[in-house]
Amino acid sequence: MINFQYLRANTSKAAIAAITKNKNSKFIAGGTNLVDLMKRGVTSPEKLVDINLLPLKQIEMIQDMIHIGAMATNADVAAHQLIKAHLPVLSMALSAGASPQLRNVATVGGNMMQRTRCGYFYDTEMPCNKRQPGTGCGALQGYSRMHAIFGASESCIAVHPSDMCVALAILDATVVLAGSKGERKLKFTDFHRLPGSTPEKDNNLKADEMIIRLEIPVNKVNQQSNYVKVRDRASYAFALVSVASSLNVTDNKITEARIAMGGVAHKPWRLAEVEAFLVGKSPNPEVFAAAATLAVKNARTYKDNGFKVKLSSNTIIEALKGV
Amino acid sequence: MTDKEEEKILPGDSRRDFLKQGSLYTALALAPVQLLKAADQKADERFASFLEQMPLNITVNGTPHTLKVEPRVTLLDLLREQLELTGTKKGCDHGQCGACTVHVDGVRVNSCLSLAVMNEGKKVTTIEGLANGDDLHPMQAAFIKHDGFQCGYCTPGQIMSGISCIKEGHAETKNSIREYMSGNICRCGAYPNIVDAIDEVKKGGFTI
Repeated sequence: MINFQYLRANTSKAAIAAITKNKNSKFIAGGTNLVDLMKRGVTSPEKLVDINLLPLKQIEMIQDMIHIGAMATNADVAAHQLIKAHLPVLSMALSAGASPQLRNVATVGGNMMQRTRCGYFYDTEMPCNKRQPGTGCGALQGYSRMHAIFGASESCIAVHPSDMCVALAILDATVVLAGSKGERKLKFTDFHRLPGSTPEKDNNLKADEMIIRLEIPVNKVNQQSNYVKVRDRASYAFALVSVASSLNVTDNKITEARIAMGGVAHKPWRLAEVEAFLVGKSPNPEVFAAAATLAVKNARTYKDNGFKVKLSSNTIIEALKGV
Repeated sequence: MTDKEEEKILPGDSRRDFLKQGSLYTALALAPVQLLKAADQKADERFASFLEQMPLNITVNGTPHTLKVEPRVTLLDLLREQLELTGTKKGCDHGQCGACTVHVDGVRVNSCLSLAVMNEGKKVTTIEGLANGDDLHPMQAAFIKHDGFQCGYCTPGQIMSGISCIKEGHAETKNSIREYMSGNICRCGAYPNIVDAIDEVKKGGFTI
């Protein structure tokens, strides 16, 4: 690992000022992804600003909204009674990700900021538009088993690795950001980006901004939620496909439906068309099967990931059945 | 910051163009090639910080230490190289195998992904800190009884993780033990015996 300057910030203002001064600097929270990337030479910041002293670990209910501080650990959020009671999908998704040791350290903000696990991104000998814009995409003609089937581009077919973010995509969550010019709010579903021609940008965070907290409404549809993850081994592996879903059902009619997928796109993949299809119908196997078929209508596969289409459909059905 | 900007200043000439002429000569013998290259180009007061070691106060197995450490040193390397506590193992060094598991303020973490400087003021327990003299910790004794290892390389991490698994309340069933021990890989495949050992310590109600 190339050495770097290390600073500890006591306030978010000081942290933002420190990172704004040097373009090649980064915040470090849990560090479970960043330290790994630095060891492999994928990224080599000149300065790390440690934000572990910032008072951003809160998990609390404020006027029917659950606030989760950016520095709350994945383990603490997953185990918290408020989250289990009101946002079960978030607890389930977090518990399905990484290992207990990593979840003890990894933070909510860091989870949102984690980079793709695409092998071509990690291998500095390979071309990768995300790591080094303009060098090409190694995965496009390479081994593409783990890669996207939705929303990819000629520049990048990598997928976002997070489980937590798939859950947040269906929870109507808001991200609160602090920057040198004050705070702003962003819908969670607008935080991450599709690759387009700029895959080096994972999200819409600006250079002088940091994630402060999430705000998530407490309501019936958020409570009636489910998460199903399919992976190569029973635990501790990234998703091949995962599905977060929630349904509101009155008099045997679906009044509200939300579905998002992980492991299939550059960001959590929300299925608006399928959600609209489900509203007004009965929650039965035929309807779920039709929804699952509709979900993969526009899938585009590459050499090694054709299996993800059927797997996506089946996982959607499982997730809807379990709500 | 974009990756593009990062890449421009990755290993190469421009990255290090902020060297301080004054402290340069004292550091020449230590400086890697990029530093020397960059030193030819420009001066900057932050050169000092590059080779600087940071003070670190850390308590390991009950013993307080005041150390100096480069920011890039991981907790794992600090334990093994500076404190000569080689019981904690380096397996993958990327957070994938769990061999480096230690307790920081009572919580299990992968020491390979934790920068030592991020553990200022913290209390660390390693495998060396478990036994009380010649009396093994109940988890160590259970691993021996149940033959919970073959080559033994993953064992310190398995034991540290197994203790946390019980403390967290995740050892209620064997399935739960399997799930919550998934961050510790054993390539000899001693898994059934490891689960038996943890299950016995849990059911035995030992103080851990």
